Amino acid sequence: MSKANNMNTASGNKPRTIDIVRAGLAKRKASERRFKLYGKIAIGLGLLFLLLLFGSIAGNGYTAFVQTYVKLDVHIDADRIDPAGNRDPKELSRADYGGLVKASLREMFPEVNSRREKRQLYRLASTGASYQIREMVLADPDLIGQKLSLWVPADDEIDMLMKGHIDRKSAEDDRRVKDNQIAWVDRLVSEERIEKRFNTIFFTAGDSRDPELSGIWGAAAGSFFTLIVTLLLSFPIGVAAAVYLEEFAPRNKFTDIIEVNINNLAAVPSIVFGLLGLAVFINFFGMPRSAPIVGGLVLTLMTLPTIIIASRAALKSVPPSIREAALGIGASPMQAMIYHVLPLAMPGMLTGTIIGMAQALGESAPLLMIGMVAFIVDIPQGAFDPSTVLPVQIYLWADSPERAFVERTSAAIMVLLAFLITMNALAVMLRKRFERRW
Amino acid sequence: MQFSILMIVLLALSSLAFYMGKKRAFQVAQGKIRKLHSLPTYYGLYTAIWCGIPALIIFALWIAFEPAIITNLVVANLPQEIVSVGPDRLNLVINDIKNLVDGNITTGDVSPELQAAANHYQELKRTSHIALSIVVLCLAIGAAAFTLTRIKAHQRARNAVEGFLTGLLIFCSSIAILTTLGIVLSVLFESIRFFQDIPVTDFLFGLEWSPQTAIREDQVGSSGAFGAVPLFAGTMLISLIAMIVAVPIGLLSAIYLSEFAGSGFRSVAKPLLEILAGIPTVVYGFFAALIVAPAIRDAGGIIGLDVASESALAAGLVMGIMIIPFVSSLSDDVINAVPQSLRDGAYGLGATQAETIRKVIFPAALPGIVGGVLLAVSRAIGETMIVVMAAGLSANLTANPLEAVTTVTVQIVTLLTGDQEFDSTKTLAAFALGLMLFVTTLVLNVIALHVVRKYREQYE
Repeated sequence: MSKANNMNTASGNKPRTIDIVRAGLAKRKASERRFKLYGKIAIGLGLLFLLLLFGSIAGNGYTAFVQTYVKLDVHIDADRIDPAGNRDPKELSRADYGGLVKASLREMFPEVNSRREKRQLYRLASTGASYQIREMVLADPDLIGQKLSLWVPADDEIDMLMKGHIDRKSAEDDRRVKDNQIAWVDRLVSEERIEKRFNTIFFTAGDSRDPELSGIWGAAAGSFFTLIVTLLLSFPIGVAAAVYLEEFAPRNKFTDIIEVNINNLAAVPSIVFGLLGLAVFINFFGMPRSAPIVGGLVLTLMTLPTIIIASRAALKSVPPSIREAALGIGASPMQAMIYHVLPLAMPGMLTGTIIGMAQALGESAPLLMIGMVAFIVDIPQGAFDPSTVLPVQIYLWADSPERAFVERTSAAIMVLLAFLITMNALAVMLRKRFERRW
Repeated sequence: MQFSILMIVLLALSSLAFYMGKKRAFQVAQGKIRKLHSLPTYYGLYTAIWCGIPALIIFALWIAFEPAIITNLVVANLPQEIVSVGPDRLNLVINDIKNLVDGNITTGDVSPELQAAANHYQELKRTSHIALSIVVLCLAIGAAAFTLTRIKAHQRARNAVEGFLTGLLIFCSSIAILTTLGIVLSVLFESIRFFQDIPVTDFLFGLEWSPQTAIREDQVGSSGAFGAVPLFAGTMLISLIAMIVAVPIGLLSAIYLSEFAGSGFRSVAKPLLEILAGIPTVVYGFFAALIVAPAIRDAGGIIGLDVASESALAAGLVMGIMIIPFVSSLSDDVINAVPQSLRDGAYGLGATQAETIRKVIFPAALPGIVGGVLLAVSRAIGETMIVVMAAGLSANLTANPLEAVTTVTVQIVTLLTGDQEFDSTKTLAAFALGLMLFVTTLVLNVIALHVVRKYREQYE
């Protein structure tokens, strides 16, 4: 170094290295700061997107957990629903309960006369009101002839008005709720005949064309059956495959092919699994369309790679000394596996399975292919009933034009995310609780 | 319902066989386990396997072949004038018979011949079910009894059971192969049938996509064009937008988190970013269609741009957000795989951290990062829900991100949801698109995995 310095001084005005470094230092430090800033901006953007996503969904959806109800004084008119007077359940179930609701609305607003206004008036209460009365009457025919005071769900447009999603100041032609309807609602509010309550329908009903009557229970049940099928198939198969590949398989062409296949299947687009399900399970084997059993089969094939890879990692982390000890006291390789290695690897395998199940719960594209996208009102009772699943329900509602479905879609998303977060938290907990460092 | 009862009975028989086998082993050994080759449990398992498995196999085969055989028997018994109408009409007739059997609505009036055939079908089905129950139960009991009598002290029961278990394990592992095979065969067969109607070159290089085929000959604009180039272009456009969003953000955040951030910040920010990976795609689709797309359209309106409400930009942007954690975690892996000695060398020469990253770590990690990006591209190409909900349906051949484009996955979903014949050109076209999708992603994955593995080996 000193030699170089000497040479520098010898040549006179040639700058020293340290000076070059010092001169560039400010610029380099600025570039360092800039680079750091880019990184921070990138992370900030990522977190901002996350916040926007959750914020917009929560902001859109939280109102769906309450529903507007209207208090009606319904006279269960015997002449109208049971003219014969013989309380025949068949006739009772067919009677005109909608008429009762309409009559009670007319009674509340006697000044409404014109046909058009009457039609608008009838739209205050949901069509579900008549079903509610029918159920009550069928359960207890003694109600016929009595006068009941009932809370029935309001129509979705009125619900939107009450929740402030409809701008009262906009021109009348632009809104679905007209001026006279707003006046009626205001009167109901002042009479305390309208209020928002916790939305039990949303959690107990199946799908419906009317937003105020639609719920996620049907889709949740469909998701449950689909996941049960997936779990029952993918966990044993995944664990067995992992055990074979990790512990018993000889290194040969066959095992190589299996490994390549598993890695590739993990990256195949999910919709291709849907095509497989459609061509093989439905068209070739003739299984029922829209059934959770087929959905479960398709999702099993899709989640298997995840479970196999996680299970293999879990098996790999069990130290060889455990196996050797078992073999040393006379266990067969299979016995060492079943009684010693598998129990120790189980927490890791379960964690992988839960994560795979969470994936399966959020998956919708392959299920569209096998017809789980149908409009299904009934709540499925088993794995062979036509049903839909939560993510597909979200997809269906997101397509509906009614404003009220937007908030219900968001609320359904919140429920789905709550399930997913719970499952992932469970996986993290399991890992923390049982993870062993050898 | 009868099948589930049969299954339960079979299960009960097997457990019974287990206890009998175990007891029999004790008997054979006269209570001295030392005399036995294997533990008594294995004799029990051995008996249970012989009791349950052959019966189960017969059961499965029977169920698989029963409908076809019964249908053939019924068709053979149909009057000649019904059979002679040709295979297409005959299929309809068979469907009607099955609907009658299930109590569903039939297509036309029920003629007495049909009713008779339906009754015949039901009769055969009942007989077959009874026969199945008898055969399965006899087989289970017979095999168990035979195995029981053959139990000896020196029998290698454990080896037999373990051999069976190994076979089961091998079968479970080969399901991965069967799945791939199933995918390839199902897409390939339907695609071949599609290409018999539409030449491959028309499909691959045609510029027009309008899959509705004519119901009547003289309909206007219903010729049905299956040129897939607009779909490929749309898919590429949306994937490109997604990559423009995801690669810089994912890469830079991975670099910042692994090289600059303190452990406290990292332990908060990393899981938060990974939440993005766990959100179902349908949620992103909703976000894109109802929040991002209108926002982009309104923003475009303010500055005087005409933006389609199903713009490629919205779908691509949201897809990019979805892929951020994917790119970031893969880059994180490769950056961490760069040996510390390279960093130390650069620091020793006086490089700043940013210079080390740019000039040393990034070039060293580049192959791995490229592999990760390729995987991300294949993910973007195969992504379905976001584009189904936020991208358009009409096939525009355009490079303008503000217009609506459609993608391969969107078309597969639109062609296959809803009711149509399975054999129509439309549904077959979906399988041809599926084949393209599968092949493209497979090639991308193979290249990417190869690059990543090669790179890992370099430093290990």
